[in-house]
Amino acid sequence: MTATNGSEHFDVIVVGAGPAGSAAALLAARAGLKVILIERGEYPGAKNVSGAVFYGSTILNQLIPEWWEQAPVERHVCRRELVLMSPTTSVSLDFRSAAEGYVRPPYNGFTVLRPKFDRWFADQAEAAGAFLLTSTVVDDLLWDGPQVVGVKTRRDDGDIRGDVVIACDGVNSWLARKAGLQRELRTHELSLGVKEVIGLDESLIRQRFQLAGDEGMALEYVGAVTEAVHGGAFLYTNRNSLSLGVLAQLSSLVEHKKRPYDLLETFKAHPAVAPLVRGGTLREYSAHLIPESGWNMMPALFADGLMVAGDAAAFCLATGIYIEGINYAMQSGLAAAEAAILACRRKEFSRYTLSHYMEALRQRNVLTDFQAYRHAPGFVNGERLQNLYPQLAALGGEALFRVDGNRKQKLLPLYWRTLRQVGAKPRHVLQDLYQVARAYLW
Amino acid sequence: MVMTTHDEKMRTPRFRVDDTPHIVVDGEKCRTCAVRSCVTVCPANLFVLLDDGHVLFNYEQCFECGACYFVCAVEGAIRWTYPKGGFGVTFRES
Repeated sequence: MTATNGSEHFDVIVVGAGPAGSAAALLAARAGLKVILIERGEYPGAKNVSGAVFYGSTILNQLIPEWWEQAPVERHVCRRELVLMSPTTSVSLDFRSAAEGYVRPPYNGFTVLRPKFDRWFADQAEAAGAFLLTSTVVDDLLWDGPQVVGVKTRRDDGDIRGDVVIACDGVNSWLARKAGLQRELRTHELSLGVKEVIGLDESLIRQRFQLAGDEGMALEYVGAVTEAVHGGAFLYTNRNSLSLGVLAQLSSLVEHKKRPYDLLETFKAHPAVAPLVRGGTLREYSAHLIPESGWNMMPALFADGLMVAGDAAAFCLATGIYIEGINYAMQSGLAAAEAAILACRRKEFSRYTLSHYMEALRQRNVLTDFQAYRHAPGFVNGERLQNLYPQLAALGGEALFRVDGNRKQKLLPLYWRTLRQVGAKPRHVLQDLYQVARAYLW
Repeated sequence: MVMTTHDEKMRTPRFRVDDTPHIVVDGEKCRTCAVRSCVTVCPANLFVLLDDGHVLFNYEQCFECGACYFVCAVEGAIRWTYPKGGFGVTFRES
């Protein structure tokens, strides 16, 4: 990769070649703009970690028709399971669909491996005319008064000048903080994800998860899997491997003094998980931070000459039902590109023009989704949802299904007794029902 | 094997080590720290608490996740940036 000539000027500078950055670069380049896409990794995806299920197939299909035919995807997800756990027991909601869209194009979601998928997606931006510069760290912004006019890279003669900068530099976005758009993040807003890719024979995966052909499954877990730590776990099927990991709220890890990789081992040893992973071999261990507080940790999204997208803008929707980020990253990248295209057409790069980004984000349902589910992250990371209710479901299940010759109790007294057994106060349960309703129902 | 030790895990990603450390820990400041949360949260287990209260840190197998920076309780004890472009961790499958 050759360095750019220091005097070269770009219409759009995109920092970070993840899904947000590559989407922004691709759209801007297709509009005929001169675009540079800067990535600090040896290749796009080298530093990126997700579960990962990519739920943005229809979005990408509009950009690259039948993209799954050429992209490195693993399996299309038509089975999902939400699992509540106590140390010995699990209770789950199992969803499987052969409906249109789940098992046929454009599909609902695909499991992907980010180093492969992100690399492919950045290649598409490059093919559209964007200039891809890898192995380059961006340390700071260049300013002309209040106007961002480029970026400072850690290379000799590393200043790169341009009219619009789109910061897609991830959860630790230095650019958003340096521009004063984002405050310091707090530990209850971040989760640490530790993950393993475990190699497993393709036919074994099909058998174990009851899948045919390229069908895939996504399992998500809450409860005892993270012990007392607030968090959850996931297990996704790839072509010939499993991606599994534990997410733990950073503040909660500190409070309970738990090592993240120990939780990962606890998870794999759980009676509901062990039979699924048996016989596999570790292929890669990784870790990454996740911005989980959504709406409540969102930075100011634009300034003169600057927009923030993807994880840098906290566009990760973690509500318990939805754990999505790649799709919102792409949508936000596209929205930022639309604003950049408008600004370049008007030759006016102030915040007034770039405020079109907000409108584009609403049109693409990014801001609307985050606003609608703004109460969910707080609830999901609450003590009772994390530990008490999974325990309640598990104990309730044990009592419900146990046959020991004693008189069978009807459901209400049975659950009432279980409720008292785990120490739940009816008053709290009512409060939580209201919280659930407010977070999810209207 | 499915169940693995931390050492076994750390052998799987590829690291290209830069000569200059991208994270600098001020050991003196760490001595005054009561919690040392970095030792707990680091997924690569790069912070080691010594008997004399010093915290030993090795940047070479860092995932560049930022967890230590965010949990650090002592102002200015951890100076954090990314390694030089192309250096540091490279994931191939995650």
